[in-house]
Amino acid sequence: MEMVTLTKGVPDFSEGAVSFDEDGHLERGETPTVMNPNDEHALKAALQTKIRHGGTASVMSMGPPGYKSVLKEAMESVYADELYLLSDREMAAADTWATAITLCTGLEKFEEEKGQKPDLVFAGFKTADGETGHTGPQTAWALGYPLLTHVISLDVYPEEGRIRAKRLVEGDVEEIETVESSLPAVVVVDPEFEPTYRKAAHRLKRKDLREETQKRAENPGDYATIWDHEDLDLDPDYIGLDGSPTIVEGVDPIPKAPSEREATVVTPEDGEGMQQVLEEIAPFAGGD
Amino acid sequence: MSETVVEAGPEDEYEHYEALVVGSGPGGAAAAAALADRGIETLVLERGVEAGSKNVSGGLIYAEESAPYTIDDLFPDFREEATARPVDEYKIHNISGRTVKSIDLTDIHHHDTEWCDSVLRRHMDSWLAERVHERTRETGGGLLTDVRVNGLLRNDRGEIIGVTCDELDPITADLIVAADGVNSELARDAGLMDWEDPDEWFQGVKAVVDLPEGAIEERFGLDEDEGVAHLFSGDLFQGVRGGGFMYTNDDTLSIGTVFHLDSIVQQHAEPHELLDALLTHPLLADFVGEDYTELEYSAKLVPDSKKAAHPSPHQGRLVLVGDAGGQMQAQGPIIKGMNHAVTAGALAAEAFAEAKADGEPDAAGQRYERKLKESGTMKKLRPTRYEVLGRLGEVGPISAVTDALAGSVLGRAAVKVLPMKRLFNSPYLLGMLPDTRTPYVTLPVTIAEALGDEVVGESEVQPPDLGDRIGDLTYDVGDPHIQVEDNSWDASGTAVWSCPVSSMDYGGGCYRAEEVQTNGTTERVVSLDTQPCIECGTCAVVADTDWDHPSGGKGVEYKQG
Repeated sequence: MEMVTLTKGVPDFSEGAVSFDEDGHLERGETPTVMNPNDEHALKAALQTKIRHGGTASVMSMGPPGYKSVLKEAMESVYADELYLLSDREMAAADTWATAITLCTGLEKFEEEKGQKPDLVFAGFKTADGETGHTGPQTAWALGYPLLTHVISLDVYPEEGRIRAKRLVEGDVEEIETVESSLPAVVVVDPEFEPTYRKAAHRLKRKDLREETQKRAENPGDYATIWDHEDLDLDPDYIGLDGSPTIVEGVDPIPKAPSEREATVVTPEDGEGMQQVLEEIAPFAGGD
Repeated sequence: MSETVVEAGPEDEYEHYEALVVGSGPGGAAAAAALADRGIETLVLERGVEAGSKNVSGGLIYAEESAPYTIDDLFPDFREEATARPVDEYKIHNISGRTVKSIDLTDIHHHDTEWCDSVLRRHMDSWLAERVHERTRETGGGLLTDVRVNGLLRNDRGEIIGVTCDELDPITADLIVAADGVNSELARDAGLMDWEDPDEWFQGVKAVVDLPEGAIEERFGLDEDEGVAHLFSGDLFQGVRGGGFMYTNDDTLSIGTVFHLDSIVQQHAEPHELLDALLTHPLLADFVGEDYTELEYSAKLVPDSKKAAHPSPHQGRLVLVGDAGGQMQAQGPIIKGMNHAVTAGALAAEAFAEAKADGEPDAAGQRYERKLKESGTMKKLRPTRYEVLGRLGEVGPISAVTDALAGSVLGRAAVKVLPMKRLFNSPYLLGMLPDTRTPYVTLPVTIAEALGDEVVGESEVQPPDLGDRIGDLTYDVGDPHIQVEDNSWDASGTAVWSCPVSSMDYGGGCYRAEEVQTNGTTERVVSLDTQPCIECGTCAVVADTDWDHPSGGKGVEYKQG
């Protein structure tokens, strides 16, 4: 199996790491970049497939050269064999459409180098900064691969060139749908995805991979391939800011919603106050 | 046994390994290493997050001269890397109030001893597990943590063919080594061991105490590579049969108490209070002092091999090793468990390899039993002298006479004349010690009163209360793994005081007493919260429970052990 997981570096929005200016704008320079948290589920799905069926797990990202740390993080969680970084000034400030075009071209270049298509392309469910959830599906469209979204469990049948997935379909009620697809395919992995390893042999293999990767992750650069727009033979007009049809007119901070509730403090000693509390909550009390 | 999710249907093939070792303590590690060294494909399953995280021992591991295998035979750098200090000095303190008579037990300690080291189990067992994984991986197997084996897999003829697990699909094997500890679920599933009689068990409780660097050398008068063991018996434990110990580790002390479980039950003793009685005795003031810092509180059930060691610890493809088979030798001041587990594990491996070579792998169990006998291991665990004389001493009227005699004026006079040091150091005499008050309480008190000196000074040690001790043992236990089958006070009330993390006057422990009003009458019942459980198994013996371990990686996680 040839697997590629798409990942992105995003500002670390966790408490203590993230920094905003007075107007509520993110201070990029002050905020560290980390791997998009949702991508972890995609990486877990790729790792599960690699452990169950063997093959090569690669990670691909579009971003500045500083993304190598993100790729290292991805390498450690998917025990990745190869890292691909699509990196170029021309690619900067791309919207999801331009990003998908770039990633698609990266994957085509990957196919050219390897002599075969990736069997599975994994993506996470939306990024922590853009929150669109478009890039995975748009990449599938650009590649012309079948697309499976909200995947919570995955079985792969390599000999038959087929996958079967469970999807968490959210509507009025949550339901789980089982779907099948041919390979290659793009799988967008839901945060509810949990890998399962119910064979001792699989867990032992995971342990082996963890050990091997620890050594590899000391020099992730040795396993990284960087392609710019020339390597990918991409016209700068179709990528980056120039290639992005999305126009951002401005960004306004969302004003804080005024609280509609008021709090009254009642001490247990205040008999009258307590009586009032009891009367207030009486209608909500259940049972006999 | 808990239900197992089975992915593969019965028509599918189960995952198979030549040998499967359940539990990665010293017995399991020895078995696995010995199997791997013979080229046998071996899988080791350990339910802790790391080997050693579920394990507690007093803290001394022996290598016996007469043993066919010792741990450093199997793991060459063991003493340099996995143990704390060599223990070459051994003393017992006979205590009556503040009066203490100390007797040197170094002779008996060195009897048949190649070496003896103090250990902390988290470090020791995880060190072993790393090596076991490397060696078993080469055979196509390996070691996995976070996997709880919950029962035996049988074929339609009822024969044992493998195991079932919480986290994995069933696995079959030609040899199954149950090295899953004192509360072995496999031994119980096979019907080889039970939790019936409190008098077959001891309960050990231990505190690991932190000392400043260099304090051990200074306070005990030791060099960096020297260690000492102190034992304590007498009237400081409310008359409960048992005693205390203190062993030196690198920069910590292991201080604990071990009592006959039936005695704890009968005397309504609270294990943590008995430990505190030792910790706060003025005799220990010089060693622990006011800077008392307790790193960890722990407890464990200890099988009394004299009664509990299974003479025929196998069934079909299953063999029991170590505590799982009751192989824990505790006769008076001699406490040896880990060394016997190591011997048994390696003998089981040897038995399987030979049986396989002879084309009869199913005979491994019988060969293992024979090896336990021929190597003298079973005789150490179940000494004939005890069978003949010791049990006699436990008969009521005789016990009362010897006890009265030992405590009498005559007894006191006799103690003065008798060569106490020589008697205490006789392996022959210790082998037939009866499980009565006499050797544990009356005799030490008599010795102290007749020969002892008064300890000066006061203890400033303030042990943490039970709530703090439990609070430091933080863990996610998952779903309740113990059910109280009969919550009446008669059936299960004993658990409230016998459980080391419960107490009659503490509401935050596992077991609590509750008054229930029914039809105008008040009834006292027992309630259980498994959250603070440290999986010692005491309640499985003393109360009416359905007892299981938590799933892999869940439950108590010892950092010291």
